[in-house]
Amino acid sequence: MDFDAQDVTKRAFAVRQRILEMGAAATGTHVGGSLSAADVLTVLYTSVLRVRPDEPDWPDRDYFVLSKGHASAALYAVLAERGFIDPEECASYGSYGSRLAGHPLRRLPGVEFPTGSLGHGLSLGVGVALAMRRAGRPNRVFVLLGDGELQEGSVWEAVMAGPHLGLDNLTAIVDRNGWQISGTTEECMSLEPLAEKWRAFGWDTSEVDGHNLAVLHQIFSTVPHTPGRPTAVIARTTKGRGVPLFENRKKSHYVTLTPALHQRALAGLRNRSQK
Amino acid sequence: MTMDVTLSPPVSWAETYAGPCREHYRRVLLEMAREDERIICVDSDMGGFEDSFEPHLPQQYVNVGIAEANMMGIGAGLAHAGRIPFVNTISSFAAARSCEQVKIDIAGNNLPVRIVVTHGGLSAGHYGPTHHAVEDVAIIRTLPNMTVIVPADAVETELAVRATAGVTGPVFLRLGRAETPLIHQGPIDFAIGRAMPLRPGDDVTIVACGAYPVHLALQAHERLARAGIGARVLNMHTVRPIDVEALARAAEETKGIVTIEDHLRSGGMGGAVCEVICEHRPRPVRRLGVGDGFLDVVGDELELLEAAGVSADRLVTSASELCR
Repeated sequence: MDFDAQDVTKRAFAVRQRILEMGAAATGTHVGGSLSAADVLTVLYTSVLRVRPDEPDWPDRDYFVLSKGHASAALYAVLAERGFIDPEECASYGSYGSRLAGHPLRRLPGVEFPTGSLGHGLSLGVGVALAMRRAGRPNRVFVLLGDGELQEGSVWEAVMAGPHLGLDNLTAIVDRNGWQISGTTEECMSLEPLAEKWRAFGWDTSEVDGHNLAVLHQIFSTVPHTPGRPTAVIARTTKGRGVPLFENRKKSHYVTLTPALHQRALAGLRNRSQK
Repeated sequence: MTMDVTLSPPVSWAETYAGPCREHYRRVLLEMAREDERIICVDSDMGGFEDSFEPHLPQQYVNVGIAEANMMGIGAGLAHAGRIPFVNTISSFAAARSCEQVKIDIAGNNLPVRIVVTHGGLSAGHYGPTHHAVEDVAIIRTLPNMTVIVPADAVETELAVRATAGVTGPVFLRLGRAETPLIHQGPIDFAIGRAMPLRPGDDVTIVACGAYPVHLALQAHERLARAGIGARVLNMHTVRPIDVEALARAAEETKGIVTIEDHLRSGGMGGAVCEVICEHRPRPVRRLGVGDGFLDVVGDELELLEAAGVSADRLVTSASELCR
């Protein structure tokens, strides 16, 4: 798919605005991890994934699984950007009767699986990729994982299975923002050397700047990089990216934005985007 | 097995017990750990313990990361080696994800691991069904040696946590997430395994456990009283071992029993009550709880309970029917 840097930059900004809007809902949301994943998701949904918003179950679609389901606000924002849902619907986030839960529901168009319990998404991705491979179908599968999520043992069972089954139609993306709720990943349960671990399990592994839209497009749109091997992309990101108030701050994990804080965050986002 | 615990009334009861039950649990845990160095707080990245506990007692704290199954095994190992671990996670991740480790490593070995969970029932609200735990009590209460406690408010939470000191085997303590109404406005008697009579009544019995269900039971009692129906209210905070004597007496002295819980209708406290009533003193039982199926509705805890039919209205209707 084509990549128009200016257009995608504009869309990533809109996605962040929507994340903040959902953070201003009465329930609040996982702001930090949504903002860190915003660029990866924007690039995927605007210039990589072969999907049809008016036909979410199109049999030839690429599959996307948000294993870090707590970044639901970022997913809803890109689903709105891509036309799966009406952008106006984002205003209903978390409220009674809404389709936008704190963690995605299957009944929302564009959501393949309900996720949010960590450590499930990559196994689901392995299953879909295996089905496509066995059926000789061209569909690709992309799974976005959190870095703290990699502490779940089940993730590594799937990491082992991907290369064993030769699933080069599968791409795992790690949102490596370095934080989890109690502190940094390296304080809580260290993950490094992370790329070496994925390589040791047999994945074609790259480490990239997870906020460089052109780089992200280049790497996602050219998978597989090694025939017969699944792709792992460790996206080095910043928690709270784009809003100085939240960047690299433990407290940005879950935020309920007051009207005043919402305005400050939006102002910070605008200032940052003009630089 | 049981241990009586009482509290002396603090200066301001309501102020002392304001806030979510889980905050009170954390406060009491720290107090208990200061007095008993066998106690160790095992964290799975719950958020907050690194401030509330770790700086005070770093040698009695470990964060194993987001790895609940691993945590259950570590908890069993610690207990086997003489420690009293309080392992902490969200209810669904204890009862569902780590079920086998809990069953074999903790329950099977009858080890004194205290599994303290938050987000029980529908208390995760808008987080959605991945974080709801409406089958947790059903799963855990079938495991060997387990004591299962569902406190109704912050006061009971404090007493339940303290009372675990008298339990030699594993304990599952199920808490919610957000602040819930304070049920008890003064000191109470609390013993694990003994139902707490909250209101007298000789026409029908309401058996409740958990924050909102107990709160709704008290509301229903008032409404039924206005209609001339005496509804006994039993707070069944301990689902296992369940208070057989109190249930048999209720079946003997009233026309029937209505149970209410923030859990599936099958297998939970209501199911446990039916098992007892069938065997000891058959009487009609109506169970209020969450129906079958993955609850696919967005809402806060109360909205979801209402949608699931866990309400004072339904209690009043069911209790009235039993009195006809």
